[in-house]
Amino acid sequence: MTVSSSSPRGDMLMMLGMIVAIVFGPIILAPFGAGYPDLMQKFAIYGIFAIGFNILFGLTGYLSFGHAAFLGVGSYSAVWMFKLLSMNVIPALILAILISGLFALVIGFITLRRSGIYFAILTLAFAQMSYNLAYSVLTPITNGETGLQLLLDDPRILDAPLASGDLPLANLFGLQMNSTYETSFLGMTLYFNAGYYLCGVILLVAFYFAMRIFRSPLGMMLKAIKSNQNRLNYTGVNTRPYTLTAFVISGIYAGLAGGLLACTDPLAGAERMQWTASGEVVLMTILGGAGTLLGPIIGAGAIKYFENIFSAFNESELNAVFSFLPDGLREAVVSVASTFVGEGWQLTLGVLFMLIVIFLPGGLLEGVRRILSLFNRPPGGGMEERSARVKSAA
Amino acid sequence: MDAILLQILNGLDKSSAYAMIALGLTLIFGTLGVVNFAHGALFMLGAFCAVTVHRLLSLDIVTLSATEKTAWGTPMEIRTPYAEAWFGDFGTWLIDWSVPVSILVAIPFMLLFGVLMERGLIRHFYKRPHAEQILVTFGLAIVLQEIIKSWFGANPIPQPAPEALRGMIDFGAAIGLEAGNVVYPAWRFIYFLFAMGVIGIVFAFLRYTTFGMVVRAGMADRETVGLLGINIDRRFTITFGAAAAIAGLAGVMYTPILSPDYHLGMDFLVLSFVVVVVGGMGSLPGAVAAGFLLGILQSFASMNEVKSLLPGIDQIIIYLVAVVILLTRPRGLMGRKGVMET
Repeated sequence: MTVSSSSPRGDMLMMLGMIVAIVFGPIILAPFGAGYPDLMQKFAIYGIFAIGFNILFGLTGYLSFGHAAFLGVGSYSAVWMFKLLSMNVIPALILAILISGLFALVIGFITLRRSGIYFAILTLAFAQMSYNLAYSVLTPITNGETGLQLLLDDPRILDAPLASGDLPLANLFGLQMNSTYETSFLGMTLYFNAGYYLCGVILLVAFYFAMRIFRSPLGMMLKAIKSNQNRLNYTGVNTRPYTLTAFVISGIYAGLAGGLLACTDPLAGAERMQWTASGEVVLMTILGGAGTLLGPIIGAGAIKYFENIFSAFNESELNAVFSFLPDGLREAVVSVASTFVGEGWQLTLGVLFMLIVIFLPGGLLEGVRRILSLFNRPPGGGMEERSARVKSAA
Repeated sequence: MDAILLQILNGLDKSSAYAMIALGLTLIFGTLGVVNFAHGALFMLGAFCAVTVHRLLSLDIVTLSATEKTAWGTPMEIRTPYAEAWFGDFGTWLIDWSVPVSILVAIPFMLLFGVLMERGLIRHFYKRPHAEQILVTFGLAIVLQEIIKSWFGANPIPQPAPEALRGMIDFGAAIGLEAGNVVYPAWRFIYFLFAMGVIGIVFAFLRYTTFGMVVRAGMADRETVGLLGINIDRRFTITFGAAAAIAGLAGVMYTPILSPDYHLGMDFLVLSFVVVVVGGMGSLPGAVAAGFLLGILQSFASMNEVKSLLPGIDQIIIYLVAVVILLTRPRGLMGRKGVMET
């Protein structure tokens, strides 16, 4: 199975690795040109979203095509909390979790009556309904096409009245989300951003929680549902409470991610709920490796990285990259390559995604594992030992 | 009465498109058991066949006029499309009728594309889970729409209907109601007739030809048909091609109604899937009936009287119907008992 073995030592190492990666994120990512706060926040937020989605899809085997609805609901609730109560992120995140959890409970209660493709269509239908309603009838709550924004005359009962005429920023007990400590290191500028560390800490908690679920009896039950739900039903197990729990948990993760999106940029729009956004999280999870713990985070990071880096490329940069080629050849190469970058980065994403589904259904992590197993062949060791070693390495 | 008739008519063009796309989806699902998320992209490819044909036909030669001058005193440039220069009046007619003419191009192109897609990609996914089929075809859909975007740009490209069919039809007068109350664009009605024709041909083909008989037998029990010594795989491949061609034709003829852009397919795909599920997975008449039912329901829901009663209903009616159907009768309106009922 793709789920890695549950040795406590392996888990602890993985957790430590995550902590190191998040704490030193700005330093690690800077050489790749990804070390700026905006992108790092996205890595962490979409990591949370994908981890949650993976609990439903990777662990339980239910493919939801409507998960973006929870992301949108989380964003809206967080922004409303900013408007009404306080710019502190804590109440906003709590409300985002509560509302998205409730929403997931209702939708999950209805949609989980079916499985397989019907479940996918049902979730898709609910997400599209939420999206369409957010655009039209629910405008008083969602502010329609403009998106829900902060205004100067919002009540904000708990906050002190605004001193200046500027819009307030989200903060954590006074620490503003966009406050950044800049420093120079080996010629690179490093940004240590408060918003990123908030998202990072929450990502750590979310990751730990997901790991506990994977190792718990509940996780075992969810894996059993994925591998053969009929057999479970025949043995007299009622699977509905378990699937519903998984659905609500993953909905809460999505809502939390949506709330964090609102914390880093206090704006919520309906396009976050569109089905292409739901498709994106599916791509992330598959790309990294569905059913694995680290896979979804890697997938989310990879997609957000490509989105930012590839879409920023333009023709002159390509010309510079391929400058070693003779002129005629270079023009040809650049004209082909330019359809894959800039505006066309989604083409790259689509091609990459197809290749992954066709050749590596286990995602990038499986690729890593396969490569590792090439090098890690023990001299006389049995299959058991080898696979155990490979798994703990991943 | 007038209002009801008008709403039914208004729903017809969309319903026809839903019905044709859903028919192809059902053909593919019924024969190959594959859930094709790229079907909307095939619809869009068809639409862009029409765009390409129109562009090719209107390629022009620039000649300098002997008599007329521009404001700067240089000879006026006259642009004559090659088609006109070569064929005269027939060329002019060809350009005017470019959308229907594109059908001749779209059929072989889409057939070929469908066959290549089945042989090259889908074939390897028969034994894989539905989720992976959905994902790989979804990826293909992204690739197709991005390729179209990089060639044709992101903006909608309007396609004119033939001059003769651009007017309105006064339906009210035709069936004895007061004239001028129920008028309807002629092209939309043509689209409806066209869809009925295509659907009729598909059903007749499946019903009355040996090929169709084999395909129907294969839908019921693939293995047995194979054991009888019939090369069922090849027939299914051709069926896939035909389904792609149906989607393509639906796209070609839809261009004058809605200017095609690269995400046209995605917009229709979601709704077509809902249509397929409501009609019943694997049921061809169900797909067509559900297409018309949902399209016309949507049109009724967008009446002002209904909207004031239930605000927002026009936005969600199709999904609402789908949810109710799936929960109460999962095999869909006309689905066979036992097909994908869980």
